[in-house]
Amino acid sequence: MDTFVQQIINGLTVGAIYALIALGYTMVYGILRLINFAHGDIYMVGAFVGYFLAFQLGFATGPSLLGLTVVLVGSMVAAALVGMAIERFAYRPIRKYARMTTLITAIGVSLLIENVFVAQLGAAPRAFPQLLQEQSYTLFGNAAISKSQILIFAVSIFLMLLLQWIIFKTKVGTAMRAVSFNLSSAKLMGVNTDVIISVTFALGSALAAAAGVLTAQYNPQIDPLMGIMTGLKAFVAAVLGGIGNIPGAVLGGLLIGIAETFVVGYGQNIGIPTTFRDAVAFAILILVLLFRPTGLLGSTVQEKV
Amino acid sequence: MKRILLSLVLIASLLFTLACERKGGPGAGGDSGPIVIGYYGDLSGRTSNFGLSTKNGVEMAADEINKAGGINGRQIQILSEDDEGRPEKAATVVTKLIDQDRVVALLGEVASGNTLAAAPKAQAAKIPMISPSSTNPAVTQVGDYIFRVCFIDPFQGDVMAKFAANTLKAKTAAIMLDFNAPYSRGLTEFFEASFKRLGGQIVDKQAYTQGDRDYKGQLTAIRAANPDVIYVPGYYGEVGVIAKQAKQLGIKAPLLGGDGWDSTQLWDLGGDALNGDFISNHYSVDDPSPAIQKFVTDYKARYGNVPDALAALGYDSMKVLADAIKRAGTTAEPQLRDAIAATKNFAGVTGVITIDEQRNATKPAVVLKLQDGKYIYQETIYPEGMTPPPGAPGSSSAPGASPAAAAPGSSPANPASAASPATGKPADGTATPH
Repeated sequence: MDTFVQQIINGLTVGAIYALIALGYTMVYGILRLINFAHGDIYMVGAFVGYFLAFQLGFATGPSLLGLTVVLVGSMVAAALVGMAIERFAYRPIRKYARMTTLITAIGVSLLIENVFVAQLGAAPRAFPQLLQEQSYTLFGNAAISKSQILIFAVSIFLMLLLQWIIFKTKVGTAMRAVSFNLSSAKLMGVNTDVIISVTFALGSALAAAAGVLTAQYNPQIDPLMGIMTGLKAFVAAVLGGIGNIPGAVLGGLLIGIAETFVVGYGQNIGIPTTFRDAVAFAILILVLLFRPTGLLGSTVQEKV
Repeated sequence: MKRILLSLVLIASLLFTLACERKGGPGAGGDSGPIVIGYYGDLSGRTSNFGLSTKNGVEMAADEINKAGGINGRQIQILSEDDEGRPEKAATVVTKLIDQDRVVALLGEVASGNTLAAAPKAQAAKIPMISPSSTNPAVTQVGDYIFRVCFIDPFQGDVMAKFAANTLKAKTAAIMLDFNAPYSRGLTEFFEASFKRLGGQIVDKQAYTQGDRDYKGQLTAIRAANPDVIYVPGYYGEVGVIAKQAKQLGIKAPLLGGDGWDSTQLWDLGGDALNGDFISNHYSVDDPSPAIQKFVTDYKARYGNVPDALAALGYDSMKVLADAIKRAGTTAEPQLRDAIAATKNFAGVTGVITIDEQRNATKPAVVLKLQDGKYIYQETIYPEGMTPPPGAPGSSSAPGASPAAAAPGSSPANPASAASPATGKPADGTATPH
């Protein structure tokens, strides 16, 4: 029983990271109908900005709550700027062309970011400094939860609630919802769509950067290519939940995280090797596309942001 | 018009390439001018600590030889190539070193998977390759031009199994392996066989792949099986994180590993969580033997950090190669290959090196305990059929052991005595050409 609970906790931890990244995919898709494949790399950029901030500001020497907060917020701000810049310089000039053009541009941007980082920093993984005094708490039996896991849960729940508040309670959020319904009508109603699209990219990128810093507290190994697989899985999570649907992205992320952990934890008992963990997300993607292309919470008519 | 232009450009570039190739040809391959030796390793990828350490060791050895007058009056020139830790890139850079740079011999790689990709190229071109530290048995089976100066995985797996069963008195073990690394799979196989033969039981076996972000799924399953020890024959990058996450799950059983753990980055990733774990390795920096202490001091003076085992093996591989070139008196084949194959009782930093019929080195291994950023010597385990050196029983690597070990002439592990016992001339034995 405690093993089962432990695997659920492990799965939720991984899933919360996927959920944070999936939110960015789903928001951009909701507004522009664009799969922003560079989004996984923003997650990596977030982790690296955090890494350099920690060293530059002298927080790398020991764990401190102040350091953690500064690094987390700092990397979110930096990633938001990077996200806005990508939108401004890569996607906006070609927005009027066919959707395939933007999709391929997105793949190009992704490769560009990865390779610039590899060229500048090398592909060797770096060790992210520990900003959180690690400690484990026993729940019952052997089931334990570590501080970094609690941090991941707490911060992601907070950010998700904050996002929900921005979208439903603020003027910008209302405009975002309007743009997602119909971009040209929103424009006619006097919504500055360019600004709203920028804001959407900024929000999504900030969430991905938060995921990057949080995951680096859990697993301190960061490298310029860490965003590829995680980004793809978060994308699958967004599709699973129903792309364009915000609660769907969170649900999808958590489900993928749990599915993956269960393949690792219990797969061997039913003949599935541990190394199928990466395959399970894509198997789910195929099943979703075959049987429920709109995803779990998606429907053909929906409120998209 | 465009076509003609294009073909002209192509022809011009082809001619240029040919010209370059010819230029490097006869000079480097002949018996005058510098001896060009190729080194390839991971200098920028996931395991770049390995490649950089080894390169340091190789270059330090080459400089020592050059300062002492070179080999038979010729200087050594090392050409380094970065394979980024990718097998396909390793094959490419080795082809370049052979075809374009015309190296007379190759040193590399560390990771067995990369060496296995590059070795067929060297074998086909009949250029001898000495791997400093690839321990997978398949490496030297590629062909008769492929050698190594380290022990092999059947032995390394056996060492840890013996240590676990005999010293730690472990009855049960779990294994967590890096599924895509031949190194890790080889060690798993041999540890498992050995541990079972010693009466132990493997209670769980889990796998991960390089670049995974989370290991708690596997570790939770292992925790449920409650093993006495957990064997993790992986590379430092993943192992550091595994150790950390294992401690977070409250796993008390020590982790056991191999030489793939040995890197400073291990501590950046794992920190205190590594305390109390054990690894098998090629040598211990705490070894009081003067040869090892001289190497450690010189290396520290040159690079500013303590040499890991890979640096020591890189150093030894260069010295073994230089010794063979000196004995062969030429860099032509097959004389050089035969000279390497005939290496006998060569006193290296990592022990006495004798190349056996399978082109492997038969050497003892040390077991080290990890504690607060240090590797603390535990014991030396000898391969079956090899007895501890006489005069220094079981202690050529034991700190604080019988002082006889340090006395010149008493131990074959002492290069001064082995290289030139009569005169006590410089340890590297390359100072006087003959």
